[in-house]
Amino acid sequence: MTLFEEVPVTTTREIPVRRVQMRVNGETRAANIEPRLLLAHLLRNGLQLTGTHTGCDTTNCGACTVLFDGQPVKSCTMFAVQADGHEITTVEGLATASELHPIQEGFKDEHGLQCGFCTPGMMLSAKALLEENPNPTEDEVRWALSGNLCRCTGYQNIVKAVLWAAEKMRGYTPASDDAADGGGEA
Amino acid sequence: MALDEVKIGGLGASRRRVEDNRFIRGKGNYVDDIVLPGMLHMEILRSPLAHARIASIDVSGAWAVPGVRLVLTGEMMAARNLAWMPTLSYDTQAVLATDKVRFQGQEVACVIADDPYIAKDGCEAIVVEYEPLPPIVNPQQAMAVDAPLIRDDKVNQADNKIFDWEVGDKDGTDRAFAQADVVSEIEMHYPRSHPSPIEACGSIADFDRSTSKLTVYMTTQAPHIIRAAVSLVAEIPEHMIRIISPDLGGGFGNKVPVYPGYVMSILASILTERPVKWIEDKSGNLISTGFGRDVYLKGQVAMRNDGKILGVRMHTDSDHGAFFSDAQPSKFKIGLMHSAFACYDVPTAHLTATGVYTNKAPGGVAYRCSFRVTEAMFFQERMICAAADDLGMDQAEFRRVNLVRDDDFPKRTPFGFLTDSGQYEKCLDIGLEAIGYADFKQEQEEARKRGRLLGIGISTMTEPLGAGNSREYDILGIKMFDSAELRIHMTGKAILRTGAKTQGQGHETTWAQIVAHELGIPADDIVVEEGDTDTAPFGMGTYASRSTPVAGAAVAMVSRKIRAKARKIAAHLLEASEEDVEWELGRFYVRGAQDRGVSIQECAMAAYSNVPDGMEPGLENNAYYDPPNLTWPFACYIAKVEVDPETGVWDVLHMVAVDDCGVRINPMIVEGQIMGGLTEAYAMANMQFITFDEDGNCIGSNYMDYLLPTAWETPGFELHEVVTPCPHHPIGAKGIGECATVGGPAAFVNAVMDALKHTGVRNIDMPLLPDRVHDALTTGNDVSGMPPVKTEA
Ligand code: FES
Ligand code: FES
Repeated sequence: MTLFEEVPVTTTREIPVRRVQMRVNGETRAANIEPRLLLAHLLRNGLQLTGTHTGCDTTNCGACTVLFDGQPVKSCTMFAVQADGHEITTVEGLATASELHPIQEGFKDEHGLQCGFCTPGMMLSAKALLEENPNPTEDEVRWALSGNLCRCTGYQNIVKAVLWAAEKMRGYTPASDDAADGGGEA
Repeated sequence: MALDEVKIGGLGASRRRVEDNRFIRGKGNYVDDIVLPGMLHMEILRSPLAHARIASIDVSGAWAVPGVRLVLTGEMMAARNLAWMPTLSYDTQAVLATDKVRFQGQEVACVIADDPYIAKDGCEAIVVEYEPLPPIVNPQQAMAVDAPLIRDDKVNQADNKIFDWEVGDKDGTDRAFAQADVVSEIEMHYPRSHPSPIEACGSIADFDRSTSKLTVYMTTQAPHIIRAAVSLVAEIPEHMIRIISPDLGGGFGNKVPVYPGYVMSILASILTERPVKWIEDKSGNLISTGFGRDVYLKGQVAMRNDGKILGVRMHTDSDHGAFFSDAQPSKFKIGLMHSAFACYDVPTAHLTATGVYTNKAPGGVAYRCSFRVTEAMFFQERMICAAADDLGMDQAEFRRVNLVRDDDFPKRTPFGFLTDSGQYEKCLDIGLEAIGYADFKQEQEEARKRGRLLGIGISTMTEPLGAGNSREYDILGIKMFDSAELRIHMTGKAILRTGAKTQGQGHETTWAQIVAHELGIPADDIVVEEGDTDTAPFGMGTYASRSTPVAGAAVAMVSRKIRAKARKIAAHLLEASEEDVEWELGRFYVRGAQDRGVSIQECAMAAYSNVPDGMEPGLENNAYYDPPNLTWPFACYIAKVEVDPETGVWDVLHMVAVDDCGVRINPMIVEGQIMGGLTEAYAMANMQFITFDEDGNCIGSNYMDYLLPTAWETPGFELHEVVTPCPHHPIGAKGIGECATVGGPAAFVNAVMDALKHTGVRNIDMPLLPDRVHDALTTGNDVSGMPPVKTEA
């Protein structure tokens, strides 16, 4: 489906507005924007994809990580105009209507999140890793996620979650201990 | 048949988390995700100087920026009596500076505009003229006779001292020291550290003129305290204020205080009659909001030659920044520092404490901590480590001699707390076994011959969690209760609400497990809600590992009230007398006839369709819980490290954690808390660093300078458990969230000190940065972390 939309320009000043068009989670989206608008803010405020978070002003935390033509980038450090004509995947693009992505399942099963603020960025970095390297070692996972900060988990369960997803994506059934599932469907 | 408790998600089930269902889809609802119609955006202009008089503020440039709707200065706040606000420690704090700025990053003006970019443009267009004053960056400087007065706004404030405080037995301690064979002394600094949740603070204030109601979405760990505070500060009746704390991207104590940004967004909404959103940026968060620690210690341990501790002396100097805004129980000026040595059999102790103002950000929040217990336990374990070394006694053996024994409970601690349960030596043994302590001395010896520096550090501690009983604990006079409200719907499904506020701890999952345990209603049939003061019952909020000890106990107690009523209904349905009705998980039955029973769900239906004569219909209740005592979890953390003698870099080779937090509601979540806590402990020991230069510039104002560990440097953790149920908690649970952050740092530091023992170095202040370790290795001297002081050129 091609969705064409105008995102309202909030400024009343004489700033030249640029028209951009990009594919976001498989849909074509277009907007008129100020050139200084950051990609993270276009996604969050313009396109209402608030799963992309911002946690710093210095490109350190990775909460804003999205996939840019399949590569993880920090969307707080790109102008939205730089995404013109490109393909963006955000956390909202991970699951289909009926099915979670194995990485999402892994994060829940292995308790890879607590407050959930870093989680979208973590999962997208993990997706980029697993697409390039379907069978990573623990060290490779840790290295691939080293641009994403988590303040809650201590990372050990995040690493387990990614390895769990890798196993599932390779066609195995990952081991999961006993225990009730929270909230019925995952 | 009674139900299988694990299958229904009861106590002890590693139930997968309910809240994850939205977080993994990017459907969390954090403050910045909320958009209200007509919403404006606020940005804060902050002071670049640490101490300066404000000569003038010219805001005309900001007003000229198209899209700017309002500019606030201290003068405008003062006109509404809002330039200053009370703190949680009976001091005042500037909302917007009027007379002078007292720390770098202090709020000087704010701009409200159509969008955040324009609000930033507005801030840049404001011109402030400052007249610099000499800055004060540490307590020694603050207490110097000729020190400039920071708080000249306060009447009767002649110097920079906030308090002198003492606790314990001075004379008894003096006598103990007089009898000692050996006295060990050590001095150190617990540096300023910032909780730094990845999500910074923020609020959306929405004042509706037509109803006079103020709704504020806010990053707060304690919405009900905030409601009361806003009511007092802004003089709005409490019932006209609704605080909603939505999903929080971490808290760790940072989101307990009332910050100027919240107050300004409220005033801005009242003035513009539109919703006003304020989202703090990371540097604003790091330089202006509640930090933790910043305490200097002089410690002494008196001992006999056989290792028995006879007495302890401690003196602390604490740096509270420009405003005394510690969030702590009002009786205790330096928090629960006097919980130190609670796990040891120490006959007598004396603590003196001095608190001072400096030109640094205020806060003194309990960063993953119960009011300074993090400092208390770090000092304790560093003093223990130095004392064992001074005696020439093995670290484990020295602890074994002095740890409180299992049959000594209840046990009065040297400063008067009452510990009630634990198996300290067992935890120590498990830890020593896991780390391979028996063979380590030899391994260390051999490694040293090959030029490799290995060390092991132990930290054992019990800490007081779950403030607290109403005899002793209050914040601004408000007792530290919590409550829970439970409604069972007629089909046996339920909604539970508490006054706590989850920030990642998983209350939506674990509270339902407590209800499942008490009532046999499957956890999946129970919805948990927190954070909205219009719907949630009163609570003091979530910090200081108090949720499970206090709110969690209220959840158990309200479930028991429901069960008591359901029992009456069951007796009616079973046509039996109440005394003959027995309970097993999920159902009542008639004694002696186990197959004659009714389920809790059938009782729920009857509560709305078939109650006995004279009984009030419905099945809902609430419970307030005033804990009889604190809970006392115990932990033994042991780290094995290797120090690179060339660079001073140290690596963790093995980290073992043995935690006894009583009964575990959800073991998966408990382990998650421990691993998160250990990571923050490692961070504080290794890299997390907020210091100040001699001009009072904050070094560590962003994530390039304030280093949080990533997945790459964070070590792996090996966890062990011991379970000693809490004797007074309804389900035997103790607090756990902060234990590893509290007890962990000393394990890492003691390990590095052990690796450096041959050099004679006794202390390096945290964080143990490579250059500090390298300095110590090359000079053989201790390394102090005290900020440098400006000397006249
Ligand atoms: S928001 Fe922190 S890296 Fe983008
Ligand atoms: S889960 Fe809270 S920051 Fe990662």
